[in-house]
Amino acid sequence: MDDVNLKLLKAAQEGIDLVERPYATLGEKVGISEMEVISRLKALEEEGLIRRFSATIGHRALGILANAMIAWRVPEEDVERVGKILASNESVTHCYERASRQEWPYNIYTVVHFRTKEEALKVARELSDAAGIKDYKVLFSKYEYKKTSAII
Amino acid sequence: MDEVDRKLLAEVQEEFPLVEEPFKALAETLGIPSSEVISRLSSLQEQGLIRRIGPVLDLRKLGRRGVLVAVKVPDEEACKVARIVNSYREVSHNYLRPNETGYNLWFTVSADEGRIEEILKDVLSRTGCKILILPTLRIFKIGVKFDIY
Repeated sequence: MDDVNLKLLKAAQEGIDLVERPYATLGEKVGISEMEVISRLKALEEEGLIRRFSATIGHRALGILANAMIAWRVPEEDVERVGKILASNESVTHCYERASRQEWPYNIYTVVHFRTKEEALKVARELSDAAGIKDYKVLFSKYEYKKTSAII
Repeated sequence: MDEVDRKLLAEVQEEFPLVEEPFKALAETLGIPSSEVISRLSSLQEQGLIRRIGPVLDLRKLGRRGVLVAVKVPDEEACKVARIVNSYREVSHNYLRPNETGYNLWFTVSADEGRIEEILKDVLSRTGCKILILPTLRIFKIGVKFDIY
């Protein structure tokens, strides 16, 4: 990635200004034209470096207070199948495979956001049934110490 | 938040237009003037319903790696440890998730491998807590979209 793209991404991830021509304003910060801002951002999106260009929602303000991380213990040979099943559920916002540890044998992690804990527990049971995995732990967030977007 | 706000929020969390006049494009979709799109978005941002409008990046493409870390720390001492953990800008999320195993503090780090190792070594020596390191092997899904309704 060239220096201009890096500079552009650093400026853009702060969030665009809410003005008629936000990409012109962004261009002024970076020292390139509005057209170049747009074409560079589009190219970065095509390359996949930008997953999507969108608004990030403050879910706490939406009243979605319960966030549960569910850790699943899945046999190695079954990870592919189970991962896809869990990820396909609409309530699941994140689904990762992670290395397990001897004292912590869980290897798939899903995150679900909910308005109440009961809803989250219900979805956990549904996911368990759908995937056929009975060994899982639901870890509710009691306090959020930090939450930021991944930044460069 | 009224019906128009909901529609607008649902629209922009999906995709914000990369065109010269994005608010005008949104205005046409929603059938309201573009000045109203701007004022509604400003107000949604003020209320904390929108955190920011910008690129969601795939940092793996820049050589960044991700790791989830669990810290064995009693519930009531977690705050002190959380402050230490939060002091690294590479730490993106940090939550108290109390459970019977004692691994109550859960945070994520995004950085290159060398830097991750450095941060975790540092956290270990500054806190003296036992930690579990759970590196990301595969991402099946990452797409935080919320049901606005």
